[in-house]
Amino acid sequence: MPLPIAPILGILADNVKQRGSVLPISKKAATGWAKGLNLPKGGETVIYTGHMYQLIPAIDAMSKQMAMFEESPITKLFPLGRFANKIVNLSFFMSLMASKEMKVENNKILRNIASLLKKSGVELGYLYGDEMYSGALIYDEGLDEVFVPHAKKVYAKLKKNGVKKIITVDPHTTNMMRDIYPKVVPGYDIEVQSYMEVLAEKAPEALKQCNKELVIHDSCVYARYENMVDQPRELLKNAGVDVKLPELSGKSTHCCGGPIEALFPKKAHEIAGNRIEQLQEQGQNIATMCPICLVNLRKAAGGKGCQLKDISETLADAYL
Amino acid sequence: MSKVSSELAAKLKTSKEFNAEACYHCGTCTALCPMGYEVLPRKLFREAMLGLEEKVKARIPEIYQCLLCRMCEENCPQDVHIAENVRYLRNLINKEEMNLIK
Ligand code: SF4
Ligand code: SF4
Repeated sequence: MPLPIAPILGILADNVKQRGSVLPISKKAATGWAKGLNLPKGGETVIYTGHMYQLIPAIDAMSKQMAMFEESPITKLFPLGRFANKIVNLSFFMSLMASKEMKVENNKILRNIASLLKKSGVELGYLYGDEMYSGALIYDEGLDEVFVPHAKKVYAKLKKNGVKKIITVDPHTTNMMRDIYPKVVPGYDIEVQSYMEVLAEKAPEALKQCNKELVIHDSCVYARYENMVDQPRELLKNAGVDVKLPELSGKSTHCCGGPIEALFPKKAHEIAGNRIEQLQEQGQNIATMCPICLVNLRKAAGGKGCQLKDISETLADAYL
Repeated sequence: MSKVSSELAAKLKTSKEFNAEACYHCGTCTALCPMGYEVLPRKLFREAMLGLEEKVKARIPEIYQCLLCRMCEENCPQDVHIAENVRYLRNLINKEEMNLIK
């Protein structure tokens, strides 16, 4: 039996309504990455993580559990799970099972991105505990009646902190806060740029030439929703990277399968496997630019002899 | 025979978000879809616009399986906002079929 759609979406919606996120994580898990970076609280320009890199280890732990339930009669109990989750924060316990290594790696990615921005001269603040999840997943699932009030709360937090511009680190938060929020939040006036757009504009000089081959996996959302294709290539080329592209790349990039991981884990895995094959035709060192692509492709790449890393790692290596 | 819901048909007709009328069923969208859909989006949209509620309901798994990746839109000659249309149908189903929004 496939996973039941309604109770799972119900749990995600309840969590956002009651706890502000699809999968509530601790404050330490959300903001711990910034420790020691001395980013001032608030300011006109802030880095905006939207909790995406921090949520992925917890979501991954949860979806591994769910994948075991797919095709099992236990799915019949899911409506009960939704009821229980309303009273006790069940999904939070799931998040405690998140992989430590993944948390460390994702925190490092965020630290690298903040450092790259600072190094290129951006006066960067951070909202710490006031930063909120963007609501991307519930929007995609069509839970608009939960999403819109949430987006308004996020905007109110930005205004309270005097924020005028946010610099995002992942495609989904970029798309929500640049294209969707203006449609649903009256008076929305926040400028939004992805960190790679900012860096490409600033065009910092690379401190080191990398002299390596790197295959790029473009994110669907960056490439097709946000028109962001050239910036990552420019930044890598200026750092001496020999950029390799699969046949389906840029505006024709192929999805990683991640968006359906929560409801259809098997199918998501199959699509990721197809994508890994396409990428491996070009080389074994592969760079992603979205935390969902990274985790989903990596799962499908197990044992196939390729290495997947977030693009910021190479950028940090060259520019920091 | 599938039940016809004039309510569904009317909703889609007046919606600002749902635009599938321009679709002329060329099939380009299905050629590159990573999900390998043969029917989504063209048949699905046609059925929805005709108010064929039961047929749309039978496609619920496919509606939630769409990746919203927009590969289909990249090549659509008619600029149909396929992913947004799928998201719009999800919203209707969440409300009316699954009772998720209270
Ligand atoms: S590519 Fe566009 S016009 Fe052609 S069948 Fe698909 S939605 Fe219709
Ligand atoms: S958006 Fe949906 S229908 Fe279009 S190519 Fe992607 S998975 Fe297929």
